[in-house]
Amino acid sequence: MSESSMTRPHATAAHHTSLGVDNRKLGVWAFIGSETLFFATLITTYFVFAPVNRMRPDFQDPREFLDIELTTVLASILLASSLTMVLALSASRRGDRRWFTTWLLATVGLGLAFIGGQAYEFNHLYHEGLTLSSSLFGTTFFVLTGFHGTHVAIGVIWLLSVFFKVRAYPDSPENAMDVEIAGLYWHFVDLVWVAIFVLVYLI
Amino acid sequence: MAIAERTAGTVSPPSVSVRPGWAGWLSTTDHKRIGIMYLVSAFVFFLIGGIEALLMRIQLGTPNNTFLTPDVYNQMFTMHGTTMIFLGLMPLNVGLGNYMVPLMIGARDMAFPRLNALSIWLFIFGGLMLYVSFFVGGAPNVGWFAYAPLTQKQFAPTAGVDYWIVGIGLTGVASIAGALNFIVTILNMRAPGMTLNRMPLFVWMQLIVAFILIFAFPVLTVATIQLLFDRHFGTRFFLPNLGGDAVLWQHLFWFFGHPEVYILILPTMGIISEVLPTFSRKPIFGYAFVAYSGVAIGFLGFLVWAHHMFAVGLGPLANAFFGAASFLIAVPTGVKIFNWLATMWQGSLHLTTSMLYAIGFIGMFIIGGISGITLASPPINVQQTDSYYVVAHMHYVLFGGAIQGIFAGIFYWFPKMTGRMLDERLGKWQFWLMLISFNLTFFPMHLSGNAGMPRRIYTYEAEMGWNLWNLISTIGSLLLAVAFLIFLWNVLTSIRRGPIAPADPWDGATLEWAVSSPPPVYNFAVTPRVRSRRPLWDEKYPHLHEVNGSHEAPVVRRGPLHDGFERETPEAMEPIHLPSPTYAPLIVSVGIMILGFGIIYLGDFGLIAASAMLVGLLIMAAGILSWVRISHVDSPHHAH
Repeated sequence: MSESSMTRPHATAAHHTSLGVDNRKLGVWAFIGSETLFFATLITTYFVFAPVNRMRPDFQDPREFLDIELTTVLASILLASSLTMVLALSASRRGDRRWFTTWLLATVGLGLAFIGGQAYEFNHLYHEGLTLSSSLFGTTFFVLTGFHGTHVAIGVIWLLSVFFKVRAYPDSPENAMDVEIAGLYWHFVDLVWVAIFVLVYLI
Repeated sequence: MAIAERTAGTVSPPSVSVRPGWAGWLSTTDHKRIGIMYLVSAFVFFLIGGIEALLMRIQLGTPNNTFLTPDVYNQMFTMHGTTMIFLGLMPLNVGLGNYMVPLMIGARDMAFPRLNALSIWLFIFGGLMLYVSFFVGGAPNVGWFAYAPLTQKQFAPTAGVDYWIVGIGLTGVASIAGALNFIVTILNMRAPGMTLNRMPLFVWMQLIVAFILIFAFPVLTVATIQLLFDRHFGTRFFLPNLGGDAVLWQHLFWFFGHPEVYILILPTMGIISEVLPTFSRKPIFGYAFVAYSGVAIGFLGFLVWAHHMFAVGLGPLANAFFGAASFLIAVPTGVKIFNWLATMWQGSLHLTTSMLYAIGFIGMFIIGGISGITLASPPINVQQTDSYYVVAHMHYVLFGGAIQGIFAGIFYWFPKMTGRMLDERLGKWQFWLMLISFNLTFFPMHLSGNAGMPRRIYTYEAEMGWNLWNLISTIGSLLLAVAFLIFLWNVLTSIRRGPIAPADPWDGATLEWAVSSPPPVYNFAVTPRVRSRRPLWDEKYPHLHEVNGSHEAPVVRRGPLHDGFERETPEAMEPIHLPSPTYAPLIVSVGIMILGFGIIYLGDFGLIAASAMLVGLLIMAAGILSWVRISHVDSPHHAH
């Protein structure tokens, strides 16, 4: 039987499991392993085509299009959302409902801000002439960052569903684990952005 | 073959609510029912794939035949390959695993029963979507590997390729979800005492396959998404005339495609690692070697993908690396084969149908393995590539190997799953007919391939010198169809009139034989405790542990078996939590399927397709809501 609950801190030894790790947590870790290959493939594709793009007559230079200032702000927003996520989990384990709500909604808000920023960026690039079909850079850039943005959006929906579930069943002892695994996914998506930011925008 | 004397296990009926009739199947979360749904639906797809193969064989039986048009022929080989791999072999293995893995590790269900239900529905809907393509302009006609740029809109204008992308996309999501389920179930839900190194080898292989799957499938997913964008949204990933890279598709596809081969074959290696010891009356020889050579195969499987691409011209260094890595896989594979042979050595062999198939597996797999070694050598490969020699090789591995292994498993576990024995006499007829006709069909392909006959041609001239081999192959394939009809007849009659199966008809060593046939909904009234790799033989033959590890003395069969784990009276039962039946996974899957249809037509009929996608998402959301609700009700804490 699970001991974890909103009111009992750090008690995560759910059902008896062979490894001592919660089933869902193990499942999300394995899923993150799978997602790593998903993004590794997209990033690899980007790098395979980067030098080809440079030799094409319709070459579009990433440096001319990408706005480092804007994306630095976006990266900070997403990094900050990882911090608020950790604080939300900690509040949830303490059983502190008010701060849990605050930090979780802050995470959702930062996630939405990131998505908004990306929508602005995409729109801006589109008007500058960078599209899916304008060059190999456009092809690889939009598909890579677009799928990352989709993951952020799914993360926001996941966090919101955790929020509403906790509101509907405030006393469920599974709440802390619900928050924790949503957080795991959120941190992963955040980490992917760090990789994309460094590899695509900075280098 | 002695069938144990005791009658069918009679455990008191479960106190769990199961909806009657069709509703029970549509709303089930029971791993056993889901396993059966996998097996039945996969077998239906398998038969369809077989019919496609027969049509191709009829077309190729004589030169200049006009039975199929070239375009239909292309659709046939594409659908045959795609069907057999994604909708036949994989889900047959998943079905056996779904049914048996929880039983073999002493668990009551999979770790995520509702996710398990989602997997089966997504698999079924993905398969159906693939087949819808026949009715909306034509099936995909680009090969199961879908090489670029043949898949681009200008060369493949029908929606067939789009259905291929979305269909295998859905089955891919189903596979990843299923693999996550297997990983968590196997790592986390083993009965007390069942350490990793005491797990049945079938469970070991399913665990390895699950890991291969979660790392290989996302790569295919990305490649197919990129292809979809190329076809509909103006990107140019695989369009060489715009700077795209057709070879990149091959890299991505085979980075998935080669591990996929091990996804198909490793579970069947696990099956025969269960069947051979049972019917040799000996523990498996070199358990750890069999288990860990499976790990080695799984790992090396990710380093050999470019041996499918020797003809591309990647350069001598790349070819040498991938050739050497491919040769390396022969080592752990050979280790397994020697272990199986040593298991049978001096055993007291019981040649049941299941055992015959296991032995047939070894024989045919060795032939396929040897032709595989020749193909791993770049210079030979360049000669043989895209010839019927390759067709012969892969069918020896995947039919002579995987299919025979699956039949070994079906004849072994059918009594457990249905409570009825399959007819052994019909089974042996099927085995011999299948073995002979299999070789009749596929051995000549080595020769026609060596004589230069290329793959994927819809006909050939009479003076090419290929007539005889093709005619023999076609006759063999028709006999193969008879063998499958015998099996179908065997199943349909045995399921109603076959002898009642006892709990432990083969005197097995693993936990699934400790419960009645078929098992109660909750599997184990009391969680079993495990002290060795052969928990049931420990119970039945207490002296065995003294000779553990010795392979000299076959296990001697004793009189009537006593009840083993079933002894426990229901009074001793702990409260059993089983997941409630729910339609939520089915609803979510329907939503995802509608979303899939929307994606296919988004490029051509924007508004209608977008509304369909919206409807799909709403249905999905409704399904997820009811899913969350039921999972809350089901949570073990809810009651108090």
